[in-house]
Amino acid sequence: MKCAVCGRKAAVEVRRQGRAFCPEHYLEWFEHQVARAIRRHRMLEKDDRVLVAVSGGKDSIALWEVLRRLGYDTTGLHIQLGIDDYSKRALEATRRFAEERGLPLIVVDLKEAYRLSIPELAELTRRRACSVCGLTKRYVMNRVAVEEGFDAVATGHNLDDEASVLLGNVLHWQTDALVRQGPVLPAKEKLAKRVKPLYLLTEREILAYTLLRRLPYQHEECPFAVGAKSLLYKEALNKLETAMPGTKQTFLEQYLKKIEPVLQKGLSAEEVALKECERCGYPTTGEVCAFCKTWDHAYRWAKRKGQIPGELRFEAEPRLTFIPEGKRGGDARPAPAQEPAG
Amino acid sequence: MRVVLRTPEREERELKGPKKVREVLEELGIVPEGVIVARGEELLTLDDEVADDDTLEVISAVSGGAR
Ligand code: SF4
Ligand SMILES: [Zn+2]
Ligand SMILES: [Zn+2]
Repeated sequence: MKCAVCGRKAAVEVRRQGRAFCPEHYLEWFEHQVARAIRRHRMLEKDDRVLVAVSGGKDSIALWEVLRRLGYDTTGLHIQLGIDDYSKRALEATRRFAEERGLPLIVVDLKEAYRLSIPELAELTRRRACSVCGLTKRYVMNRVAVEEGFDAVATGHNLDDEASVLLGNVLHWQTDALVRQGPVLPAKEKLAKRVKPLYLLTEREILAYTLLRRLPYQHEECPFAVGAKSLLYKEALNKLETAMPGTKQTFLEQYLKKIEPVLQKGLSAEEVALKECERCGYPTTGEVCAFCKTWDHAYRWAKRKGQIPGELRFEAEPRLTFIPEGKRGGDARPAPAQEPAG
Repeated sequence: MRVVLRTPEREERELKGPKKVREVLEELGIVPEGVIVARGEELLTLDDEVADDDTLEVISAVSGGAR
């Protein structure tokens, strides 16, 4: 198999496009795909300050590298989940990547900020770790982006993530979730713009990129991922993809193009207005947002069990650590004035 | 040939060569779309032939969990 550009021996095949590339031209192709997705959906403007959500896994590390190479002003946000050694090694990989490139990084340690780790939060609320984890990450990401004045949050969601979520939502006809599947979620009052520049690249293509660029990333999987339904959906889609290359892309793209607009129109009558959460002031459809509700619930049990002092009230404001110290990231513009933490 | 699986737990298998990467994955029951196959630093395509004395790495690309 030969490179579609130069004819040398190919290293990576992109079956859905019927092409293969040598290492050099693969990297070029990959970065071009990301740049094109950003342009096509107007995800980012050239001088935007971008907060990149970095878990330390291959997707977010690849995303940060590509955005950096494309010349964006990026700052990483890493959330320490407190899942034992897995979380520690995730931070190590993230820090190494940032330090090697001199990129600013913000770390939010949940245990430090809110007194509880994700496993504790899950146990106290009797919910699945991934459910409270996803909710917490989304909240912290948004809040940091809004309060630190970033123009957008970029996440490493890839084609497999998006297609498998779509499959899950379709299998259960989750119409409310279905209309929130696009690669760009526009900014609203106190809601930062969210973009997914890798949404049309497969996990396999992203892994090839991180390996060829020799990026440090965390190979190991979160212990809570085991048995996740998303893995089952991904496996099913990969079987289809192997037999019919292009299936995942068609499934997602055609949905976004043909079905989502219709759904959105049909459901718009039901769209509920956003209010400010009584506890934290961030947008919610109810009185108290899901984040505050979940953590308040956990605090009640943690107090009953004597894990935290009885007089302690849950405060949703995250505590940020800037690496390198004192650097707020994004040199392009002065950092926004900051109220003292607390 | 020695095949080191990282899917993602580390496991090792012995297979007879030479054969194509596609056949290696078939023999191991691995769906090609979910992995990258490497020989040292070199990434391989399904049509590449590997020798009996090669050491291969099969690295899983699939990650799970709600994100
Ligand atoms: S697998 Fe679940 S618990 Fe683990 S990091 Fe992902 S969402 Fe969080
Ligand atoms: Zn080439
Ligand atoms: Zn709230």
